[in-house]
Amino acid sequence: MKDALQRLATRAAAEDLLDVAYATVDSPFGPLLLAATPRGLVKVSFPQFGTEETLEELAARISPRVLEAPARLDEARRELDRYFEGELTEFDLPLDWQLTGGFREKVQRAIGRIPYGQTRSYTEMARSAGNERAVRAAGTACGANPLPIVVPCHRVLRSGGALGGYGGGLPMKEALLELEGIR
Amino acid sequence: MTALPPFQNLLDEHAADVIGVLRGAVGRADADDCFQETFLAALRAYPKLGDASNLRGWLLTIAHRKAIDHHRANGRRPVPVAELAEIEVSDPEPDEGVWKLVGALPPKQRAAVALRYACDLPHAEIAAALGCSPEAARRSLHEGIKRLRKELA
Repeated sequence: MKDALQRLATRAAAEDLLDVAYATVDSPFGPLLLAATPRGLVKVSFPQFGTEETLEELAARISPRVLEAPARLDEARRELDRYFEGELTEFDLPLDWQLTGGFREKVQRAIGRIPYGQTRSYTEMARSAGNERAVRAAGTACGANPLPIVVPCHRVLRSGGALGGYGGGLPMKEALLELEGIR
Repeated sequence: MTALPPFQNLLDEHAADVIGVLRGAVGRADADDCFQETFLAALRAYPKLGDASNLRGWLLTIAHRKAIDHHRANGRRPVPVAELAEIEVSDPEPDEGVWKLVGALPPKQRAAVALRYACDLPHAEIAAALGCSPEAARRSLHEGIKRLRKELA
């Protein structure tokens, strides 16, 4: 049966019927759910949000043609593995931003440009996105990041240097900063 | 309208039933190809499916059509349903003679008999799988059984 399902995913992709491919991959922080459209990586999700809920959200917001197709996430998995081993400092993956939009997307794209091993404040992110006074909205945008780790919202801290929040939990935020040689 | 679940759920929940029905309808050797055709067709149509309340019946309907397509394309008689052996069946064990006769029934009757006695589906689901009314499904089943009785007598 496994072969049949793999064959199906391959044929679905070849016939443009694989709108959302997903895979669960191991990480030092537990399994991560990765999802990609033909345009690129669209979602990275922490285990505590529940695989089923995440897949339902993808089905409702992108397309119900959601299939488990680990081969389509191989490159993302490889880059994440190397990142967690401290070998990769810049992700080079096509990204699909369709789960975000507006000011949030501006903030999130700006987060994507924060270099490895550096941090920014929520205020700075608000400014980068074109509205210095929208600090709270910038914080919300970090929290709503559909592509955590790859879009490194863990590099955004409070102005005084306090951790702020993190979808994967503050211990994970701290560990990622440590991995990058900050703190 | 019910929200459509991720297509993967359909595979997780119903792939085994679909392959079982197809093995009954076209034989083990060709069931895998029909399985691919069934789920590709389902995947193609899925986003426009208005009613998600009976996804299993919907999939079995497609499987049934693919089995018919398969037989038409091959222009030959159906493979005997004896190859159903992998599916759990109720006692007594089906003997090959009976299933050979089932395999020789007209398509609707054959499918109705296989769905009822090999897959243990209730009439309503047989109807959904065949794309006909429950009465028509009951009739196909009845006709099929009648014919089998006659041939076995």
